[in-house]
Amino acid sequence: MAMDAHEIERLIKARIPDAQVTIRDLAGDGDHYAATVVAESFRGKSRVQQHQIVYEALKGEMGGKLHALALQTSAPGR
Amino acid sequence: MSIEQFIDKEVKDNDVVLFMKGTPQMPMCGFSGQVVQILDHLGVSYKGLNVLDSVELRNGIKTYSNWPTIPQLYVKGEFVGGCDIVREMFQAGELQSLLKEKGLLTKASASA
Repeated sequence: MAMDAHEIERLIKARIPDAQVTIRDLAGDGDHYAATVVAESFRGKSRVQQHQIVYEALKGEMGGKLHALALQTSAPGR
Repeated sequence: MSIEQFIDKEVKDNDVVLFMKGTPQMPMCGFSGQVVQILDHLGVSYKGLNVLDSVELRNGIKTYSNWPTIPQLYVKGEFVGGCDIVREMFQAGELQSLLKEKGLLTKASASA
């Protein structure tokens, strides 16, 4: 089952309001995305913690409805 | 032994553990395959655990790490990350630094 890119962005921003989210549909099939999430609130957190926050935002859709999301996260200004 | 105890023992008894789909010799998923390639390139020895062998392990490791996807890399009992993080760290040289710091890269492989 596929998931819309806007829906992914909406879920991430609902959990991380200061996030700048860029999403690319890698295969054009609504199933393989690459997302870049930049947020001030990530500062001081490890990559694992940053990714966990994004996965939390996606409410369990990651690995399920959302098959593949390549994720890159950082605080601004790196 | 519960699955949590099994996973706990594996990540503490082995310096580097990769929970993956397939085996290091024959990865069954591109994401697992990428991490295998990186580890092999660095010449670090690791134990691969195939989550496709056991539904219990596949679900257990997701809960244990609070991480929804496979592969998952552990170094000295600590969760390092999944495919994206491992690749990013490798490209930045951070994975090499981490392994060196833990004494897991030999001189020969460190210069590779």
